[in-house]
Amino acid sequence: MTPQGEFYQRDRSLHPPALTPDYKTSVARSPRYALISLQCSVSEITGPVFGHGDIDAGDNDLLTNFAQPGESPIGERILLHGRVLDENARPVPNTLVELWQANAGGRYRHKKDTYLAPIDPNFGGCGRTLTDENGCYVFRTVKPGAYPWRNMVNNWRPAHVHVSVFGSGFAQRLITQCYFEGDPLIPICPIVQSIPDQGAIERLTARLDMNASIPLDTIAYRFDIVLRGRRSTLFENRLEGN
Amino acid sequence: MSQRLNDLRETASQTAGPYVHIGLAPGAAGFDIYKRELGRDIAGPNARGERIRIEGRVIDGMGAPIKDVLIEVWQANADGHHAHPEGGGPVEEGFRGWGRVITDFDTGEWGFETVKPGRTRGRNVGVQAPHLNLWIVARGINVGLNTRMYFSDEAEANAADPVLNLIEWEHRRATLVATRSEGAGPAVYRFDIKLQGEDETVFFDV
Repeated sequence: MTPQGEFYQRDRSLHPPALTPDYKTSVARSPRYALISLQCSVSEITGPVFGHGDIDAGDNDLLTNFAQPGESPIGERILLHGRVLDENARPVPNTLVELWQANAGGRYRHKKDTYLAPIDPNFGGCGRTLTDENGCYVFRTVKPGAYPWRNMVNNWRPAHVHVSVFGSGFAQRLITQCYFEGDPLIPICPIVQSIPDQGAIERLTARLDMNASIPLDTIAYRFDIVLRGRRSTLFENRLEGN
Repeated sequence: MSQRLNDLRETASQTAGPYVHIGLAPGAAGFDIYKRELGRDIAGPNARGERIRIEGRVIDGMGAPIKDVLIEVWQANADGHHAHPEGGGPVEEGFRGWGRVITDFDTGEWGFETVKPGRTRGRNVGVQAPHLNLWIVARGINVGLNTRMYFSDEAEANAADPVLNLIEWEHRRATLVATRSEGAGPAVYRFDIKLQGEDETVFFDV
């Protein structure tokens, strides 16, 4: 048995509630009954383990992973990098980070996206990588464009990258969106504003990182991700309660 | 002033949105970019135990199937072991116990094949009935929904399961039990997930 206990209780005040009427799609897709709170069993403490055999070296380079040889997508070239940590500030190594995004014009390569902006023939819009031993990850991509969406008639999504992270246990599973510092659409987006905590919104906003930028080549943004932490069972290995 | 705790705060969840397939299941969505797509084969070729198929829909509050949902599955093998250092024991080579499935864009039906899991150990004592953990994300779902799927042919184990027994309203426990049917091919379990209504599926804060 492990000397580590279960994950800390999720602080729901940092997350959007299920029902957020200004984000209209949530109305019919939000459970109405209270979630049943469950102390972690082995089914929640464990989760899938990934390795370098699962992905390929270039999967984290969206500038090249779909482009024709010698070509590259249109848009502002960016490095998006950061660390995956847990609530105890420990790095989360070897965990799978996946992302997907619109192109620089705000158009997704998806048959359900019919926005006017054109598909970029050299941009797929997804990438994946494993964090290193320090929990660090890096992607190269283009900064996505803002785009309109059907909610109220004139809603626009701020530029964002969707991010999916695993951690070591299924209870840590997280999908979120990374926004970019200074975007005036952030405070008026119903999806962003579904989050009731201003600090939590700021932590979803990547900072310009001049020190990580590559001069005359690529500008950098830093986005750190925090997953749930685990309790240490200091005196015995038994989980608290039954 | 007292000392400060140094704990970090968990990153907030945001909806996976309508284009989750691009990122997490591009091949299934007809988008050829990766050499290897993750989560297509849950049990692998060497897994022991009964091969089964699980099918269902996710139904919204209007009674309509959701056509842009993505479900992740996490389960033990037939011995009740998860493929993880703390998973309780070894698993067959190639058994991952994790998979992803997306719905048909026209009908909202989803389905996948796997092996039926065994009983797993409880938190300290006893055992859990065979079950799958499911995690559901989609446009309009702000935080991924955790639920479990149990098996209709495990009535005795289900009656003793510590998680099912946590659910105060006994009639709601049935929302987590998939119904087995047998025909040609592997046994099929039907599991419809209802996001709202009188028979709303039980979701967990894990």
